[in-house]
Amino acid sequence: MMVYFLCLVLMTMGLYCLVAKKNIVKKVLGIVIMDYAVNLYIIVIGYKTGGVAPIVEPGMSEGMYARFVDPLPQALVLTSIVIGLGVLALMVSMCVRLYEKHGTFDMSAISKLRG
Amino acid sequence: MESITPQLYALLVFMIVGSVIAIETRNLLSAVISVSAVGFALSVAFLFLGAPDIAITQLVVEVLVLIILIRGTILIDNTAIETHRDTLAVVSSLIFFGLLLGFGAMIFASEGFPEFGEPLMRVSKVYVQTGLPATYAANIVTAVILDFRAYDTLGEATVLFASILGALALLRRDGKVSRREVATA
Amino acid sequence: MKGMTLIVRTITDFVVGFIVVFGTYIVLYGHLTPGGGFAGGVIIACAFILLLLAHGKEVAFSKLGENTAHFLDSAGALVFLLLGWVGMSAGWFFMNTLPRGEQFSLFSSGMILPANIAIAFKVGSSLFLAFSALAIFRRRSFRAVIEEELT
Repeated sequence: MMVYFLCLVLMTMGLYCLVAKKNIVKKVLGIVIMDYAVNLYIIVIGYKTGGVAPIVEPGMSEGMYARFVDPLPQALVLTSIVIGLGVLALMVSMCVRLYEKHGTFDMSAISKLRG
Repeated sequence: MESITPQLYALLVFMIVGSVIAIETRNLLSAVISVSAVGFALSVAFLFLGAPDIAITQLVVEVLVLIILIRGTILIDNTAIETHRDTLAVVSSLIFFGLLLGFGAMIFASEGFPEFGEPLMRVSKVYVQTGLPATYAANIVTAVILDFRAYDTLGEATVLFASILGALALLRRDGKVSRREVATA
Repeated sequence: MKGMTLIVRTITDFVVGFIVVFGTYIVLYGHLTPGGGFAGGVIIACAFILLLLAHGKEVAFSKLGENTAHFLDSAGALVFLLLGWVGMSAGWFFMNTLPRGEQFSLFSSGMILPANIAIAFKVGSSLFLAFSALAIFRRRSFRAVIEEELT
């Protein structure tokens, strides 16, 4: 149970960085940390004690199938990692545009509505 | 069958310490490199958890995350000086996250939650037993994402396409030039 | 953008071919060993990004031009969708209808191999495009932006 709780702690730290920091790059880093924590949690759920990777080798008996870890969470996480990369590219291009328009990364200076 | 729990604890503590450094440091370059260290430790953790597919993907994606973050944000503004601390946001977020951690601990210690190391595997039993005879693919994870659940992979390809399209549209310069040419014509 | 020093360029010339071959291996054998279309596509994108960073944008765009990358990106997504419709003709959406060879060989398991190749093209070219747009983005200073807005 401590493993699940530590994953939750990691995600909470990413969420804290997203909410309570002013610099927009720190917010992006918070989203990245939350991504890592959620992917780790999903794979930890599917782990079987003494398990091996779910890859069948030629000449494997049927009894070995009971030692495989769960392949379904791995299928979910595989797409999630690549989607996280695409979303990060979008966020960084937004940061670059915001810096060009306002001259700073500070969120409290950017979010003042003007004219 | 030895258990991997000590190694997993060590890696998790390393990741938590790395993210604390990434959150609290003032130098943006140090923060980006700490987050990348967390990502590499995550790839090692995936290897321990029996997911080599995911470990390869996480490793190469981590390299790209590092160079995209460095290229996009470091050259300009190397430190993150905060002018004034927003006390209300910090205090309220600490209270709410304490509540979240408390509820999480209560759920994880309750009766019906599966233990670490004993997954339920109600759906995956079918996938593991009939993966090789039905699809002739030795890698069960590939069989799941490209044969049993190929529709989800189509959704993923669409999301990736849309997000990269958005990033390309944001970084375009031609809009201003053509507008000015139209205005002066 | 300009490239890097002579040492970096020489090592890049040696290494970039191996990276492309390794990425292709991971894509093609995705149904037998760990890997698949996503990891292999990202590796191939890393090879082209290495060319862009070491030699500059002229050399990188001569190897894989911008229009070619846009075309490969869209074509990969469309081919993956068409494979779903091919399966529709025999049963339900995305049904695996192409012939399966023998087990544990390269050309086996029906539709999984073309799907891996299509996904590798899509992921590789779109990530290369996004990074090249970010890298050749000319960073004008704040004052130049204000002056351009006023004129």
